[in-house]
Amino acid sequence: MAVEVKLPTLLRAHADGAASVSADGSTVGEVFSAIIDRYPGLGGSLIGDDGALHKFVNVYKDDDDIRYLDGLDTKLVDGDVISILPAVAGG
Amino acid sequence: MADQDRAGFASPTLRLTADQHALIVAQCFDGLPDEACGLLAGPVTPELEPTGEVHRISPCVNADASARTYTVDSRDLLRAMRDAEANELELIGVWHSHTHTDAYPSDTDVRQAMEPGWIYVLVSLKHAEPALRAYRIRDGNVAEVDVEVEVEVTGSDL
Repeated sequence: MAVEVKLPTLLRAHADGAASVSADGSTVGEVFSAIIDRYPGLGGSLIGDDGALHKFVNVYKDDDDIRYLDGLDTKLVDGDVISILPAVAGG
Repeated sequence: MADQDRAGFASPTLRLTADQHALIVAQCFDGLPDEACGLLAGPVTPELEPTGEVHRISPCVNADASARTYTVDSRDLLRAMRDAEANELELIGVWHSHTHTDAYPSDTDVRQAMEPGWIYVLVSLKHAEPALRAYRIRDGNVAEVDVEVEVEVTGSDL
């Protein structure tokens, strides 16, 4: 299952400057494992120490926040677009 | 830090049109009593540094609905990223208001600034006259950048 993963600017430095990468996997978690294998520097930014999605990152499958789907277990089909968004916040 | 790095950190000048400046300040007033926020898109250098020009501004929902904190609604962020991509731009910064404090990044702003390449715009509504200032925030350090508001020349009869 090949999907496109779009990266925010702050993560591109860990992915040779790419704005998006293509990866295989049947779930969001599998796709993240595949891209972290390729770009280990992305690991700490995507997945927290507890193995769950990092709290400062939002991940959308097409138009849906995966937190409201099945999180990292969200199923993917060919051609899905995963968007990784930084949390933009302050006080 | 070398002088050249320091200069690089406190740049570029943020250049807003008068209309963009007015829209950002008006959106901050509209958000009262809560903080308001929105995203800036513009061209970047090959190194992903903003040139300082702003081509698109996207008012966003403050998902915190708070007078003390803001979080750009992630759906608005996704929409702004797609809009930037469709126009061959990048997101280059974010603005938010401080309703009762100065136009300077708070400790929370500095701690939560994730994008070293972005320009962080603060709009203070503390005084009768709103103040808009801009900063880079990197590794806990804050550097103010200049803001130029350009008057658009349109519809000349000459």
